[in-house]
Amino acid sequence: MEQPAIQVRNLRKCFRKRTGFRKTSELWAIDDVSFSVAEGETYGLLGPNGSGKSSLIRVLSTLLIADSGQVRMRGYSLPEEQEQVRRIIGRVSVDAAFYKKLSARENLLYTALLYGQKARDAERRAMNILEQLGMENSKFSTPLEEMSRGMQQKISIARALVLNPPLLLLDEPTTGLDPKSRRDVQSFLEDLRRREGTTILLTTHDMAEAQRLCARIGFLAKGKLVAEGTAAALIRRAGAETLDDAFIALTGEELIDEELIAVED
Amino acid sequence: METTMRQTWAFLFRGYHLTRRYIGWVIVFNFYALVTSATVALIGVAAGDYQLTLTLVVGALLWNYLSWLYNEIAMSIAYERWEGTLEYTFMAPVSRLVHLLGVSLYSLLNSIVTSLIVLAGLVLFTNLNLRGANLFGVLIVLAVSTLAFVGLGLIAAVFPVMSAERGAEATHIFQGSLLLVSGVYYPVEVLPKWMQPLSAVSPATYTLSACRKLFGVGMSGSTPEHLAGAPLSAVLPELLILALMGALLLPLGLWTFVRVEAWAKRAGKLKRTG
Repeated sequence: MEQPAIQVRNLRKCFRKRTGFRKTSELWAIDDVSFSVAEGETYGLLGPNGSGKSSLIRVLSTLLIADSGQVRMRGYSLPEEQEQVRRIIGRVSVDAAFYKKLSARENLLYTALLYGQKARDAERRAMNILEQLGMENSKFSTPLEEMSRGMQQKISIARALVLNPPLLLLDEPTTGLDPKSRRDVQSFLEDLRRREGTTILLTTHDMAEAQRLCARIGFLAKGKLVAEGTAAALIRRAGAETLDDAFIALTGEELIDEELIAVED
Repeated sequence: METTMRQTWAFLFRGYHLTRRYIGWVIVFNFYALVTSATVALIGVAAGDYQLTLTLVVGALLWNYLSWLYNEIAMSIAYERWEGTLEYTFMAPVSRLVHLLGVSLYSLLNSIVTSLIVLAGLVLFTNLNLRGANLFGVLIVLAVSTLAFVGLGLIAAVFPVMSAERGAEATHIFQGSLLLVSGVYYPVEVLPKWMQPLSAVSPATYTLSACRKLFGVGMSGSTPEHLAGAPLSAVLPELLILALMGALLLPLGLWTFVRVEAWAKRAGKLKRTG
């Protein structure tokens, strides 16, 4: 049997915070989570804020060390083999973390050099990716602080892909994007998986996005993976009509679209 | 090897472009460094004492170089936290040795440029004649003390890894303490007795002591027209201590950084702030 691209077994992570003299509070960000993602599969993790999605992505990105459990990325074990894992992953976080004063070109070239790539090859590849994401080449030399959030997020995706990683960890990559940019990014990810066979782990609030992009979906609530399966199977299991209703029925929580609230305000 | 070279170049590339984009602030900082140093050196000019002027000039110049070097390295993590890029640097497949070497190399270039600007300004302001000073010896001492200061910078760089809020403050307190105890503008003997042992553990104390001898400060043959800079052999004890401090502090800095990084990953302290 082919080994999974991502394999997580009984993963636990607790954050402890001092609340007073000799007093600490505990928060289980990840509580006994197990799942696996096959090579070339797009797997979605759905959950509200604070459900543990970002912590999970951080563990897989080698930025957070779990308290217990096993993580294997294409056979490499974390945290023991983090150097090897770093070579096979690309990450896009919810906030486009860049040097805002630098241009897209400078940021992307810096990343390529940091990963030991040839600057010229990386530049060609980045231009190609940005073009596919619907971005004009003329914007390449503009400082990021002068770009919209949508453009910044597209560059963030280009940064992850310029490294040509077989594993892509996307932490709410379309949050805050306008509908057109969101569609551009989603189409690009679909195309990428089809063309390159990239394995994608995606966290999102957006049910429609999860349904469109993910072969399987996991519901995460209060650090626990409460259900997983295809969108159709989850809806059937919950006896619901939509994925939204299935999420509420299976987790007892509601997903709140922060952007929608912002618009209504 | 090629990969390591590219990765080291990445930090120089980043530093160069950030300096270019923040050029306004770079000019302000250099101007401020120059004015502060000149203000101190002019105290000697006002007193009409060229030996005092020389003491202050050497102090101002060396402190500029060493503190700039220390500060750039120590604050490199804090800058990354503010920019929000720290997680991306830490998840890149670059060894911490290459990462910190790249950061230190750019900081070193930056410190040299600033020090040259300050030196030119000080000569202009104080009309000081440096003929007879052992400038080659000064360069040797600076090269050796650079290792110790890079090590100190690496140790101080862990503070912003440990705490986003308090880390940058701690690096400045550490820097201020070095300024106080190292005899930058006065002999360490004027410090309170209980504080004087601290000057013995600061590499800046030995750098300043050696460089003052090499410039000819306090030398019987020194005159305003011609300084009697000591030969390099006269500062061998200081050089030896500085080399030992460098050999100790550099690996200690790297070891501390790697340890604290692992701790930060367990405690979840790498998240973006600012």
